[in-house]
Amino acid sequence: MAVKLMQGNEAIAIGAVAAGCRFYAGYPITPSTEVAEVLSRELPRVGGKFIQMEDEIASMAAIIGARVGGLKSMTATSGPGFSLMQENLGYACLAEIPCVVVDVQRLGPSTGQPTAASQGDIMQARWGTHGDHPIIALSPTSVRQAFDLTVKAFDFSEKYRTPVLLMTDEIIGHMREPVELPDFATITTFQQSVTEAPAAYKAFRNTPEGVPPMAPFGVGYRYHITGLLHDEVGFPTQRLDEIDPWLERVNTKLDQYSEDIVMVEEDYQPGARLALLSYGCSARTARHALKAARAQGKKVSMLTLQTIWPFPEKQVEALGEQVDKIIVPEMNLGQLALEVERMVGRKKVRRVTRANGEMATPQMVLAALEE
Amino acid sequence: MNEKREQNILDAATLTADEALIPQADWMERSGVLQKLRKNKKFPTIWCSGCGIGVVMGALIRAIDHLGLKSDDVALVAGIGCTARMPVYLDFNTLHTTHGRALAFATGLKIARPDMKVIAIMGDGDALAIGGNHFIHAARRNIGITALVVNNATYGMTGGQYSPTTPVGRRATTAPYGNVEPPFPVCDLAIAAGASYVARSTVYHALELDKFLAEAIAKDGFSLVEAVSYCHTTYGRLNKLGTAADMMRALKDNSIAKNAYDKLSDEQKASNSKIVRGNFVNKDRSEYTGIYQNLIANVRGD
Repeated sequence: MAVKLMQGNEAIAIGAVAAGCRFYAGYPITPSTEVAEVLSRELPRVGGKFIQMEDEIASMAAIIGARVGGLKSMTATSGPGFSLMQENLGYACLAEIPCVVVDVQRLGPSTGQPTAASQGDIMQARWGTHGDHPIIALSPTSVRQAFDLTVKAFDFSEKYRTPVLLMTDEIIGHMREPVELPDFATITTFQQSVTEAPAAYKAFRNTPEGVPPMAPFGVGYRYHITGLLHDEVGFPTQRLDEIDPWLERVNTKLDQYSEDIVMVEEDYQPGARLALLSYGCSARTARHALKAARAQGKKVSMLTLQTIWPFPEKQVEALGEQVDKIIVPEMNLGQLALEVERMVGRKKVRRVTRANGEMATPQMVLAALEE
Repeated sequence: MNEKREQNILDAATLTADEALIPQADWMERSGVLQKLRKNKKFPTIWCSGCGIGVVMGALIRAIDHLGLKSDDVALVAGIGCTARMPVYLDFNTLHTTHGRALAFATGLKIARPDMKVIAIMGDGDALAIGGNHFIHAARRNIGITALVVNNATYGMTGGQYSPTTPVGRRATTAPYGNVEPPFPVCDLAIAAGASYVARSTVYHALELDKFLAEAIAKDGFSLVEAVSYCHTTYGRLNKLGTAADMMRALKDNSIAKNAYDKLSDEQKASNSKIVRGNFVNKDRSEYTGIYQNLIANVRGD
């Protein structure tokens, strides 16, 4: 395909269509609105459906409903809308409904600064909905990666029957870069297939693989889906012998697939005792600083996370064993740094935080390297 | 059918023999209505003995049976509350969602599967307080969903708090001195928002519910059936309204058929405090998913 100048939000919308998304429900909110605008134009062209709902609560509900009806579904929003989606996001985690939620992060809390970038929703992505639950969150560092990770998000959501969050930000969302997209015919995502006869089908079967296949409504599998704790066929239950195996399966189902889910980029220098660790727009600042430091002859490694949740524990722990100091630039007051500290200890972590809508500068990162 | 049995049924329904979907004496065995109940595990229900919600469940499955719908083609979507537990007992595609959001989930499902009959089952708090915004917007879009609102004027599951349909002056656990908020007229709200079909009856008039639900489900656009019920366990106790049977009887005594209401003088209407039962709106408006399907065809040049 030809090289095209494309905006991050547009790349997400096009990536969704390429991944087989055929339903979008959303509510206008800066800085995510372009995702909705592009999909309102593109989805009908491929027989898909777009609807602008009355709020973000309804948007999240509608994409779950549509996926239950058999359409791959997505919504996009920003901080205030992401907050409103949390209850139904938890529903999708518990009822194991695949769907993709894009959060183009802006400065918060509350209305905050709608046009200013932020990475302030990173911990909300992990713990925003109540109760323990599994979640996958990805974060792109470029427009092309916004496309690729959107495709991955759909793949993961289907493969692991879970909502997947694409945690991007105002900078990646609104930035335009030249991109060359892959041939859509080469793009494949996981397809659900139910082989059991309806009478034997258990939508929430506790299998060792952890992810029972999901049948859509209206094709002969008449079953119950609920946000209550349920047994293998979906009926609400308070029996511990039914709840415990289910809780165990749902809360650990992603663990055995971390090799597949955890995506990082390791740019390591042999013998380096300093490292940068970043993600999303902040990784661009970090990369700039990395180049400058190396040009000065410093040995510095860099770990860029594309998967935020589940947290790349193994990779970060290994990095911690190699270096004396890990610098973590991010556009919040140190949310992901908490996780890095958990893995390598507080003494090794130096935060570079900025939460006023402006990116940290490469100079700020370089200064932290110098310390 | 013997005439006496038919007359008994009609007395309860205030319908003519032509209007009523009078079941045969052996309707349960013959129609397979019982086949629409889930046989694995779920019974008895969570509802208190004497609750009116079971009557509505019976009316719903008789209406679906009357229309001859395939169970695979029917989806029941519910929110949270006593009424919203109904789908778990019924052998259809059933989706028990979050509080207030049944119509928003149902909207996504209906758009994905316009060929399916999607019925959203809600109580008054579920549909009109936390879910009020979704209620008016689903009606405005005229999306082909049937909203079944069981109105018992209270939050039963949480123990009897006042709801958006609790009459002024009635007591609730959160209105110990009497409710000071005026209630929503459920049907008027749906009519104003643009619903294609709007009807109301009570759990005493079960056959009316059968008929209205069958008409509502058959309707293309957004339809609402308000089934007025009661909660003798909380609301009835707090307001000294007697037993379930007393409250059931009150629905008979304190309601009036629309035909009779229409014949009242303006003065009589103004002072009427009875529940008016009947079909208030039945009009043809283009249905949302059909309109969107046309949009797709136009965009693609089909």
